[in-house]
Amino acid sequence: MDEGKEITWIPSYGPEMRGGTANCTVVISDEEIGSPFVHHPSAVIAMNRPSLDKYEALVKPGGVLIINTSMTDRKAVRKDIKVIEIAANEEAEKLGDQRMANMILLGALLANLPVLPQESIKKALKGHLPERHQKLLSKNFDALQEGARYIP
Amino acid sequence: MADYDVETETLVYERPDSLTDLSTHFCPGCTHGVAHRLIAEVLDEMNLREKTIGVASVGCSVFSYNYFDFDFIQAPHGRAPAMATGIKRVLPDRTVFTYQGDGDMASIGMGEIVHAAARGENITVFFLNNTNYGMTGGQMAPTTLPGQKTSSSPNGRDVESQGYPIRVAEMLAKLDGASYVVRRSLDDPKNIRMAKKAIRTAFEVQQRGLGFSMIELLSICPTNWGMTPVSSIQWLQEKMIPYYPLGDYKVHPAIAEIKF
Amino acid sequence: MARELMKGNEAVAEAAIRAGVTAYFGYPITPQTELLEYMARRMPELGRAFVQAESELGAINMVYGAACSGQRVMSSSSSPGVSLMMEGVSYIAGTELPAVLVDVMRGGPGLGNIAPSQGDYNQMVHGGGHGEYHSIVLAPATVQESINLTVDAFDLAEKYRSLVVVLSDGSIGQMMEPCELPPFKPLKTVFPDWATTGAEGRSKRVLTSINLDAAAQEVTNFRLMRRWQEIEANEVRYKTYFMEDAKFAVTGFGSCGRLALSAVRAARAEGIPVGLIRPITVSPFPTKLYEELSHKLDALLVVEENNGQMLEDVLVATRFQIPVDFYGRMGGMVPFPDEVLDEIRRVARGALDTSGHPRDRWLKRMAQKNL
Repeated sequence: MDEGKEITWIPSYGPEMRGGTANCTVVISDEEIGSPFVHHPSAVIAMNRPSLDKYEALVKPGGVLIINTSMTDRKAVRKDIKVIEIAANEEAEKLGDQRMANMILLGALLANLPVLPQESIKKALKGHLPERHQKLLSKNFDALQEGARYIP
Repeated sequence: MADYDVETETLVYERPDSLTDLSTHFCPGCTHGVAHRLIAEVLDEMNLREKTIGVASVGCSVFSYNYFDFDFIQAPHGRAPAMATGIKRVLPDRTVFTYQGDGDMASIGMGEIVHAAARGENITVFFLNNTNYGMTGGQMAPTTLPGQKTSSSPNGRDVESQGYPIRVAEMLAKLDGASYVVRRSLDDPKNIRMAKKAIRTAFEVQQRGLGFSMIELLSICPTNWGMTPVSSIQWLQEKMIPYYPLGDYKVHPAIAEIKF
Repeated sequence: MARELMKGNEAVAEAAIRAGVTAYFGYPITPQTELLEYMARRMPELGRAFVQAESELGAINMVYGAACSGQRVMSSSSSPGVSLMMEGVSYIAGTELPAVLVDVMRGGPGLGNIAPSQGDYNQMVHGGGHGEYHSIVLAPATVQESINLTVDAFDLAEKYRSLVVVLSDGSIGQMMEPCELPPFKPLKTVFPDWATTGAEGRSKRVLTSINLDAAAQEVTNFRLMRRWQEIEANEVRYKTYFMEDAKFAVTGFGSCGRLALSAVRAARAEGIPVGLIRPITVSPFPTKLYEELSHKLDALLVVEENNGQMLEDVLVATRFQIPVDFYGRMGGMVPFPDEVLDEIRRVARGALDTSGHPRDRWLKRMAQKNL
């Protein structure tokens, strides 16, 4: 948004609030966004096994699949997409907070699907996080950095 | 002319300012008129006429807005407490009351009245209980007594298949949100005076922001009961009062101290 | 003001606050609940009225009561809750009161589900409550449009003493998009000459929807209908895309209108001269626009997240002068752009079957897909 792009974020709301295949869809575009729903996304971050099972098949050919191996017990099947595996929970713990797992995965996504430079994310976090959370910034930046190392 | 001195004539009875000059559509002997007059007298005495908004309901009370001479709104069947909530919340310094019958309030509007009381809405509710749906021709109401014949309980209310009457005052008194809940009767001068006193208390409660007040008024319906007004009054005294005892069911300690 | 990322439901709530809403009455129901929750926090903070009612029936009648004061008041709900509100909607219409209602539609009928749907079109546009009345119905397609239309809804409600419905759905309500909020409007201090605020120094006012004299009721209904003609003449809004050289057009409202945009772009990339018409007021409906287009276009494709409810209005407007086809998903299913693209390709190939009703042809095609 700060980079002048159009974006939409839409969650799967309702009973699936935790675990399972609770998911959201993000669209980033240079023009007015039509559908916020996407049949075949350019990239999928699968944070657990049920999500991997459900969404691996939907990734656009040539797209990116990022798997959190801390919560999955199988490899990707697809050969026509770029697969990145990260034990995000363990890596996050090494950084001192398991809740950083999502930022590691985001770092990996940005490194493999160049829609935005990492710097934009950092600037946006700084600009939009409320004052009381600003102290968490450097840890989040570390996590992004960590994720960015995962390039096949 | 010799002994008659115009100067000493004093007016002892007149129409309250809060009532219009219209004749009502109520049947001969109906006690709605008494209830209207009592409310109007109290609003006059408290100088509230210009600050009051009444909420009419559906039933014989539907036209009460014609007879009261202040702002009035008309609710869908049973919803008067919700409408009163709405307008009181945006005009908290105005006096807001609903005027409802037993079919309207104790049947279709039971949800609205219970929750208005539970929220402690700072409104006053007048509940006219005449044990039947008057306007539609005397059908069984939630307040119809066991065995009482109505047009929809022609063999008398059979509690096995048609359930038991609801004692609304007793029920609402159980709610923490209700501040002042009493039952009075419009059958004789003493009870009518007591009813007026309760109406005054209820409006004082609202004026002081002390929360929800409800006055149940036992009333007669000679036409649908198929009785003369006099025998209707007798029936009220013999049948209704034993089932619906008069009294104060909830008087918040802060109200007990009110003097006027 | 800088753009912020906001969820549709919360953006609508904040927009209403900035438009000067003095009272909100609601009841929790997914996918609308964030609106209620936002109001629960913000309204008391600003010293304004908020009540979580005992039911949608209670909520709409609280709106009804509060609207009698001439203040800006609103409620919000989702399909099953809105069904329960129909009593109050009709009474508000009959009493000629301004009020705003947001319907964040979900799949039905019955309890249905909480997925996005457009199944309430008929209920909101063609009545729902009893008697003769029309509500103004605005259909936003984005979070920003939800904000803008919510602000406009209050103005329109006051201008025409009418209920104005913001007809959103689960996807727009739940979606986050960048948006800009309007500036704060001061709360109203002058109230209309019909408001019941206490008869201080004036004769009494009565607000009611009862007219036992049928002739008097008819006078009211004629007034309502003539006012509606005025609304039809002045308030129609729509947005068009790629229509300059279009031979075909897709049309849909709200979220369906925007997802059709993705399909239309893809079709344009294939060289198909197709455009998009997205009605913003579905009531009043842009009848004239469709009538004019029926002289220019080769075919029209109506896309909805329902069984073809707006389709009927399009058919009336185009008077069967051009082939009209329909594609819809129901019950909370949302069509993906590639499904709509397939339909555009089919329509653009020409030689359309125009026998019978477009809905029957659609049902036949869907049966071939085992639906």
